[in-house]
Order: sequence, then C-alpha cells, then structure tokens
Amino acid sequence: MKIKKIIFIIYLSFFVPLHTNENSSELSEIYKNLRCLICQGQSIADSNSDFATTIKLVVQDLINEGKTNDEIYSFLISKYGEWIVYQPTFNKNNFLLWTLPYVVLVAGGFIILFIIRKKQV
Amino acid sequence: MKINISRIIIFCFVIFCLFVFWLGLKKNINYDTESLIGSRISNFQLNEINHNNQSISEKDLKNNEFTLINFFASWCAPCRTEHKYLLKLSDKKIKILGVNFKDKKSNANKFLKELGNPYDFVAKDSEGKASVLFGIYGIPESILIDNNLTVIKKIIGPIDQSQYNEILNLIR
Repeated sequence: MKIKKIIFIIYLSFFVPLHTNENSSELSEIYKNLRCLICQGQSIADSNSDFATTIKLVVQDLINEGKTNDEIYSFLISKYGEWIVYQPTFNKNNFLLWTLPYVVLVAGGFIILFIIRKKQV
Repeated sequence: MKINISRIIIFCFVIFCLFVFWLGLKKNINYDTESLIGSRISNFQLNEINHNNQSISEKDLKNNEFTLINFFASWCAPCRTEHKYLLKLSDKKIKILGVNFKDKKSNANKFLKELGNPYDFVAKDSEGKASVLFGIYGIPESILIDNNLTVIKKIIGPIDQSQYNEILNLIR
C-alpha cells in the first residue's frame, strides 16, 4: 500500500511542474507581446514597473478565467488602445505595413524571373 | 530607355520611403489614452474603502448626470496639488467617485482628513486591477463620464485651473 502511495506521489510530481511550466510559458508569451506604456522600449515581461506588475496580475486573472490570448489582447486594446500590443491588428492605417512585404516579395520574384529569362535569351 | 525606367522606379521608391519616414516623424509618439474619449466604461464593481459591504457599480453612475472618477493615493504628490480643484468641484452639479489606488486604508483616511473629502464615494483598488478597467496607467488620472457611461474627458496627471474650467464648461 505504501509503495502504491509513493508511486502515486511520484506520478503526480511529474505532472504538476509540467502544467506550471506550460502556464508560465503562455503567460510569458503574452507579456512579451504587451508594451509597458510608461517604460522606454520595454515589454511588460521586461519591466518591473507598477504598471507592468498590475497588467501581469490582470493577465493572470484572465488566463485563470479561461480567456484565450486573442481575448486578452482585445480586452487590453479596448482599455489602452492598440499601442499596448507590439503586433498591431490589420486596419486602414497600417495596411501598407502588412501588405507591402508581400507585394515587394512578389515583385522581386518577377524581377528575378525577368532577369533570368533575359540572360537565357 | 530601359535604364530610364529602372531609374524612375528607384526614384519613386526612394520618394515613397522618404514620404513614409516623414509621416512617421509627424506622428505623435507620446502615448496617452485621450483617444479613448467617446468610448464607454465597462462593467465594474468597487468596494467602499472603509466598508466592504458597500459597493458601487456602473449602474449607480447611470443615475448621475455627470460623474468624475478620480484615481488618487496618499503617496502621490501630484494628487495633493489637484485636491483643491476636486474640493471646488464637489460643490457643483457633479458626483465625484474617488478610487484609492494601491494605498493603505489608514494612509488614505489620513490624507482625506487632512485635505478634506471631495468624494461622494471612496472606493478602494488595493491591487490596482480595477484601474485597468478604466484604462489607467498612472495616477492621478480622472475620467469625466455622462449618464450613458460615455467618457467625455480624460485627464492624465493632476487637474489644474484650465482643466477645472474645462470640466465646468462640459457639465454646464
């Protein structure tokens, strides 16, 4: 019976830290994508400011409530504007930022193709 | 002729880049939440600083024509400078909700005893989590809302004479 208990405890000890790591990596990913509004170029993950500490607590609460990453970002954007996230959402003000790299990539491909064909001829 | 076309393309690209940089330089990079004016405050519930059984929520604010939500703390020096304007506003047709931010209850009570209490309700936000619901990122900050819970004005930093006058004009 004792051996069974010990095995059960060892079994549990394997799972508890794994779950914590998973949760903390998820939190860390969210913190890294949030800007500390009162800091100079720091994310919430990098900062120990009062604001960053509060946002960390709120994000932890939202995770515990079962909110998804997108829901958390949307919530914070609704409160602080889009400036709070490092990865901006697609809108009319930043459509060039999102589309231009693809346009340049495709145009570059055509240019390379054009040059190669020209050389072959 | 072909060389001219590629030169024109490069020239256009350089002009485009300079235009984007110029737009970027013109943009105000100082963050503020004033752009949130016109948005509605969300659901909240805050407990009274001295009585946990008393609370205030957004429903209570709907009964007021105008409410000024002021975030303060006893450890915040600029909060002292704005306090006289809050006391003046307390005589006007506006309700003032004070939210005591990350403070000790005894210090907050001492602060209000020393400078006077302009608030119709003093709520506590000991962890600062509730302030996030209002988009607060530092104190003092004040939010003027109407009975539809729409943000009319947001004051970042202490209220001064010009902002006091502006509030009076808005609630007239």
